[in-house]
Amino acid sequence: MTVAAAFFYLFSCVCVASAFMVIASRNPVHSVLFLILAFVNAAGLFILMGAEFLAMILVVVYVGAVAVLFLFVVMMLDVDFAELRQGFLQYLPVGALIGVIFLIELVLVVGSMAIDPELVKTPVAAIPPVSEMTNTAALGQVLYTRYLYFFQASGLVLLVAMIGAIVLTLRHKPGVKRQDVAQQVARTRDTAIEVRKVPFREGV
Amino acid sequence: MEWLTTVAIILGKSLLLLVALLVFIAYILYADRKVWAAVQLRRGPNVVGPWGLLQSFADLLKFVLKEPVIPAGANKGLFLLAPLVTCVLALAAWAVIPVADGWAIADINVGILYIFAISSLGVYGILMGGWASNSKYPFLGALRSAAQMVSYEVSIGFVIITVLLCVGSLNLTEIVRAQEARGLATMLGVPWLTVLNWYWLPLFPMFVIFFISALAETNRPPFDLPEAESELVAGFMVEYASTPYLLFMLGEYVAIMTMCSLTTILFLGGWTAPVALPPFTWIPGVVWFVVKVCFVFFMFAMVKAMVPRYRYDQLMRLGWKVFLPLSLAAVIIVAAVLQITGWAPAS
Repeated sequence: MTVAAAFFYLFSCVCVASAFMVIASRNPVHSVLFLILAFVNAAGLFILMGAEFLAMILVVVYVGAVAVLFLFVVMMLDVDFAELRQGFLQYLPVGALIGVIFLIELVLVVGSMAIDPELVKTPVAAIPPVSEMTNTAALGQVLYTRYLYFFQASGLVLLVAMIGAIVLTLRHKPGVKRQDVAQQVARTRDTAIEVRKVPFREGV
Repeated sequence: MEWLTTVAIILGKSLLLLVALLVFIAYILYADRKVWAAVQLRRGPNVVGPWGLLQSFADLLKFVLKEPVIPAGANKGLFLLAPLVTCVLALAAWAVIPVADGWAIADINVGILYIFAISSLGVYGILMGGWASNSKYPFLGALRSAAQMVSYEVSIGFVIITVLLCVGSLNLTEIVRAQEARGLATMLGVPWLTVLNWYWLPLFPMFVIFFISALAETNRPPFDLPEAESELVAGFMVEYASTPYLLFMLGEYVAIMTMCSLTTILFLGGWTAPVALPPFTWIPGVVWFVVKVCFVFFMFAMVKAMVPRYRYDQLMRLGWKVFLPLSLAAVIIVAAVLQITGWAPAS
């Protein structure tokens, strides 16, 4: 158990420290890299809890795909740091408000657990014990039986978002030459070559 | 004190695997160059040692002894971190690969997802290296690779799902055992002919898609656009020299080996013998595994030697407009077939 505790403190310390560095570091690229470090450590925490599937999905989706695109965009942008820091006071009230709301919610969640431990147990234990089933199988069972409609609905929401993003960004510029593979493949000798008789000393 | 021995055993195993893997990679590099040379009617490396067998070790010494050059405008920390990230992540994937029955360092439940996650992290080394170099060509190479690797991961993911549907487990050992125990050969009434059990036959289109996506994921030719030497000099590696360059190179080849062994495990039955009859079953599983990995790598090497480099838009079209719909359709078809025929593995 001591090993697990040691790993828990290691992961959570690095996680909190790198989360702090995300907002503290001056270079936005460094911020994103610290964000990735925080994600990876959160995945480590998931593994300690026995949720290996969630841990791997966190790494695949957030670190492997979302953060890559983040980094991609941040690297391309030429951010002026001095200009970025000017609006700090202006945005402070809004930021502080959101922070306070999060804090209150966290206190409520933790507090409710402390006040009434039975409250957490009220949702029916949908998860079978680890000894009976791997948690990948357990998640699949719950998602595709009990929460099937919610799961499909969330899929639809994502689909709509994806189509929306495509509609907003797709534009066909006129006058751009595009490669049409079918046309290239369908080319025969008859369509590609034209044989001409060239009269002597006159040219085409 | 019991956990101390456990840790020592794990460390010993890791060290053994690391040494074996690195020596294997030294010869894989040599084989790559020899195959390439043979296709072009050259001799390839033939000076260091008999038939040039020690060439990779000479290269290693040369790289280590040279001076690492760091450009003045580079972001020093990230510049040196990038090759380390590439190399360490590539090696980390080998923790779960079973080279023979029960020979994995960590036989975890979500082994295939772990490899998928680690290989999707491989892009960070390239991105960091390209950005930290503070130079045009590396940056262009890094941007290209980011888009390329993210695109081909999608189709690799779907191909893996089709295999998982047939197996019913995310554990790599289970995937191989499923190919040993049931499949086409069992249905045809010849259970000893294991080679028909392996998924390369029933999932042949997926095998092809996986192979091509693996080429793109590891930045192998014909998809080596991040380091296309005819346009980007050497892409993200332009500013690297000596040991950092060596680490990039090593990470790349370790990732290639990972992909080769993943192909072996998913489609070529891992450590199982092609025919489960005495002369073949006498050979230990690890030998079969290495033979199959070498075969897949030979195909990698031949593709490198024979196929011209893709244009960038062609690469993107292949990934998103051809492989993604095909593999997505395959997931649905395989799932439907398994469900209707009742061949689906009992969970």
